[in-house]
Amino acid sequence: MSEAKEGQQHPLTVYLWIWLLLFVLSTFSYLVDYFHLQGYLRWSLIITFMLLKAGFIVAIFMHMAWERLALKLAILVPPLCLLILISFMAVEGGYTFLTRGTAFLR
Amino acid sequence: MAHDAQAAALGPLQQVAGDFSADKQAFTVPWGKAMMWIFLLSDTFIFSCFLTSYMNVRMSTMDTWPNPSQVFALHLFGQDIPLILIAIMTFVLITSSGTMALAVNYGYRRDKRRTMWLLVATAVLGATFVSMQAFEWTKLIMEGVRPWGNPWGAPQFGSSFFMITGFHGCHVTAGVIYLLITAKRVASGFYDKKGTYETVEVAGLYWHFVDLVWVFIFAFFYLW
Repeated sequence: MSEAKEGQQHPLTVYLWIWLLLFVLSTFSYLVDYFHLQGYLRWSLIITFMLLKAGFIVAIFMHMAWERLALKLAILVPPLCLLILISFMAVEGGYTFLTRGTAFLR
Repeated sequence: MAHDAQAAALGPLQQVAGDFSADKQAFTVPWGKAMMWIFLLSDTFIFSCFLTSYMNVRMSTMDTWPNPSQVFALHLFGQDIPLILIAIMTFVLITSSGTMALAVNYGYRRDKRRTMWLLVATAVLGATFVSMQAFEWTKLIMEGVRPWGNPWGAPQFGSSFFMITGFHGCHVTAGVIYLLITAKRVASGFYDKKGTYETVEVAGLYWHFVDLVWVFIFAFFYLW
């Protein structure tokens, strides 16, 4: 990392390529819906394109790839807590659904 | 810097330990950038809570969830095109992210004219996005979507939709104002006097985050 230059300076071509890539990935995710893909194929494709887009935005456009590891860890590790929240709420949602189902059956 | 060479020789984790434990500033970035990142981290948690609550109500409802592909279809050129408005909004936002990235780059090159105009272009694209969202809200409200019900199925659809897209739309609107102020300061030579264009990059972080959140909303709310 060169400290002589101010802030984050990178060649323009890096941004243009990522920009193009984001367009392509967005088109792909739109096509998932356009061609009515269903089930696990649909969900896995949506998540793959989503994570790729999010990764490129954070790494290149937001310059996270070039930051020091201390900042990367401080910002990118805490959101992992959300995985716990999401899994708890998924379990809870399934439970509520089943409870409502049995209530309606009775 | 000698310090960096020493840290590199020690390996990445020793470098982190050094950054956090040494008696010095922990993050070697301007304070505005560190604070923006921490603000964005807290915003990540807010949007994640919204999306998680949406997942929870969608999983637990006994009614069928309205099909977003049809709800957000537009009648164009004599046929219904599924989700087309949302696709256009997505492309508008990605385009604005690109112009923002270029604005940051030209800012560091001290190309004031290009930086200013790219910031204005980003703000205009952001305003376009918000206008399209206003159109979408109007269309849905006319069709009878309310936070407590809608004609097609699970009533939770409306509350999730208005809360998530509304909060995101507020962020875009705030971002447009933020970018216009930054553009004005670029034009007036404020950053030349300050001696750094890093503030433009900080504004860029906010704008890219707004785009980032849309990536998740697009995937989970509109495509799922």
